[in-house]
Amino acid sequence: MILVRGVDKRFGTFQALDDISLEVPDGSLTALLGPSGSGKSTLLRVIAGLEAPDSGTVEIHGSDATNVPPQRRGIGFVFQHYAAFKHMTVRDNVAFGLTVRKRPKQEIRSKVDELLSIVGLAGYQDRYPNQLSGGQRQRMALARALAVEPSVLLLDEPFGALDAKVRAELREWLRNLHERVHVTTVLVTHDQEEAMSVADRIVVMNDGRIEQVGHPRELYDNPANQFVMGFLGPVSRLGERLVRPHDIAVDTAPADGAVQALVTRVVHLGFEVRVELRIDGEESVGVQITRDDAERLDLAPGEIVWVRPPHHERALDVA
Amino acid sequence: MIVERRWRIGLRTVALAYFLALLLLPVGLVFYRTFEHGVGYVIDSVTTPAAISAFWLTIEVTAIAVPLNAVVGILAAIALARSDFRGKALLNGLLDLPFAISPVVIGLSLVLLYGRTGWLGPWLADNGIRIIFSVPGIVLATIFVSLPFVVREVTPVLREIGDEQEQAAATLGAGAWTTFRRITFPAIRWGLAYGIVLSVARAVGEFGAVSVVSGRVAGETMTLTLLVQQRFENFELAGAYAASALLAVIALLTLVAMTRINPRREEEHET
Amino acid sequence: MSVTALPRSTTRRTRLPAGSLGIGVATLWLSIIVLLPLAAVVARSFDDGLSGFWDAATSRQALAALRFTLIVSLLAAAINAAMGTLLAWVLVRDRFRGKGLVNALIDLPFALPTIVAGLTLMALYGPTSPFGINIAFTQFAVLLALLFVTMPFVVRAVQPVLIELDREMEQAALSLGASNATVFWKIILPNLVPALLSGAALAFARAVGEFGSVVLISGNIPFDTQVSSVFAFKQIESDNPVGAAVVSTVLLAISLLVLLGIRGLGRWGARHDR
Repeated sequence: MILVRGVDKRFGTFQALDDISLEVPDGSLTALLGPSGSGKSTLLRVIAGLEAPDSGTVEIHGSDATNVPPQRRGIGFVFQHYAAFKHMTVRDNVAFGLTVRKRPKQEIRSKVDELLSIVGLAGYQDRYPNQLSGGQRQRMALARALAVEPSVLLLDEPFGALDAKVRAELREWLRNLHERVHVTTVLVTHDQEEAMSVADRIVVMNDGRIEQVGHPRELYDNPANQFVMGFLGPVSRLGERLVRPHDIAVDTAPADGAVQALVTRVVHLGFEVRVELRIDGEESVGVQITRDDAERLDLAPGEIVWVRPPHHERALDVA
Repeated sequence: MIVERRWRIGLRTVALAYFLALLLLPVGLVFYRTFEHGVGYVIDSVTTPAAISAFWLTIEVTAIAVPLNAVVGILAAIALARSDFRGKALLNGLLDLPFAISPVVIGLSLVLLYGRTGWLGPWLADNGIRIIFSVPGIVLATIFVSLPFVVREVTPVLREIGDEQEQAAATLGAGAWTTFRRITFPAIRWGLAYGIVLSVARAVGEFGAVSVVSGRVAGETMTLTLLVQQRFENFELAGAYAASALLAVIALLTLVAMTRINPRREEEHET
Repeated sequence: MSVTALPRSTTRRTRLPAGSLGIGVATLWLSIIVLLPLAAVVARSFDDGLSGFWDAATSRQALAALRFTLIVSLLAAAINAAMGTLLAWVLVRDRFRGKGLVNALIDLPFALPTIVAGLTLMALYGPTSPFGINIAFTQFAVLLALLFVTMPFVVRAVQPVLIELDREMEQAALSLGASNATVFWKIILPNLVPALLSGAALAFARAVGEFGSVVLISGNIPFDTQVSSVFAFKQIESDNPVGAAVVSTVLLAISLLVLLGIRGLGRWGARHDR
């Protein structure tokens, strides 16, 4: 378990972390999610020991790690731009941590081969990083971090530098790896889809503070505030409340508690259909319905429809 | 790497001690020694007829060599950055030669070409042209040693900025000279300035090659650097220091110019 | 000042007239100013035939001078390789008052005339030294002079590489358990080596040919403190241009070899880049 208590970090006049306290359970895959400047990378680096906090403590597996240098924290770190040792072969890269720990050559060799096949780079032992694609370099970086059997794996926007398709593949691959290897993992990302699909717990951060912690579903359905709601998914405003566009019921016939609205635009996006409405002459409200519903209702701009907001539990009052 | 404080201080101390003992102290001492006898003495020393003519000769030679090398340098840079041609690598390599050759070899090469017994010696003598032991020889030596600076500074800039702007100018009807004057030149301004400053420093400071070709006739072929040596050999130590101090001041001004130009030059590189 | 290897060419055949003009002018200029004179030296060194060349090149004094020159230049290059790297490190990674000034002054040996450099070293380490250190006319004095004039080479070669170095590589190594020393030797230094060697090679080439700073402080004692460049100069003064040409040709060959080596280093150093 990783325990962070009361951590502050300032860079000049910029407060990167403001009294952060967090618990990361053993064996979990936790995502630190937030926009740029939210402090998520800084927090990760404080946990790693690559940054020293101005105040507060970091505890890793029961012992106080606050003043322990990164070499001795038993962590594995993966960087957004791979940080490959470009002057060493793939084999030497992955073996590095083991070489530093002076393990016997035979042991290193077999461990490296094993890890490279786990990450799908078997046979690439003698290549150099500049001969690998971005996705391959990141997998090498992961193998390198895992080689020393860290008790904590820290990933700093690991897929940020890769293109969309590779990113999606590696996401899934990471999740599978986690199922196999079960190392306590903390992942920093600004991509809510990534966090939602990979992590079992998400820590939403903004402006150096933690906004909410919880399971993806919990955060999506019961966001603590406007920021979390907006960051994790689409938001529509109905009067004084914020709701999810797909929680709004649309019908061509009036119903209890329904409000009249004018269809201004219908956008077909394959499976989902987005309908933009104007209610009481106010700004546009977005509603999301399935293709089947869209076909059934047969909406067109200029039509009058009736919309019913979801129950209170699914809505947030505007602050 | 997170270096511990005492290591950092230790490394800094060793580095700065080396720098001090090798560079700062000797130069500082010369300035001290120079002004030991008072500023008046120094002024007298650098305004003797010999010193004044040495100064002007140095300036004159520099004023010929540097602009020539600048013009050729710009043209060569354009060739290197904008075109492909057979022997490009060779040209590039040859441009590095003046950096790596001993000044004595340079001086000798000029003597063996233009001297009395040199290849062109007889022809020059027949036509009454004196190169060695005369100012033209000094100019040639100075051109040789300060040759690469401008081309070395301007070529990377030209490469970085690419020729799209020049192409755009061409499509808008600009001729070659106009394009150069209004598009290329402004873009290489600071790299060029830096190269010129370096050439000037090199030209003013040249000693070895000039020593060989000069003949050291006071008032005619004695440059400032040669004056320093002559005064030293005549045991006029204070006079040697004074002339050295003058040269050192020029060198320091060069450094100041370099420091000022550097940031602009780096910006230029990044466009 | 760095000697650069050309990157893989991305230029097209020239269309701009300035391009062809440039090639023409540059070639002509180089030929007249550089190539022709150097050709004269090499040709004239064989005035007495191949055997004459050999005799002059291997005379006891010539060999002694050459040997001393090569050794002291190698030593100067090696010392400045280490100290230059250290200085570059301190200038890039450390912070202290006056750092900007020190950084600017590193180029002083480039800007200062060599004869002035020789004089300043004489002032501090010669007979009139205020600290009573007199090492004038010793081999050590020659080393000192060469250290002075070659100091900036390695510093300026290594500095940009250090600045560009991916700090995350070091952090990755740290996270994998490496000590600071390991990070330096296994991660940082290997990436500095090509630039370091290039700078050291240039320093070596410069040292081998150095004249102005050495001529005063060495005393030019044959078989002791005489370097090849001063030896050649004396040959010219003694009206033995052929002898001087022979020594010069040898020095020229050394310079060319070093330059080729540096080009090769440039390519080798870029092999892992992408």
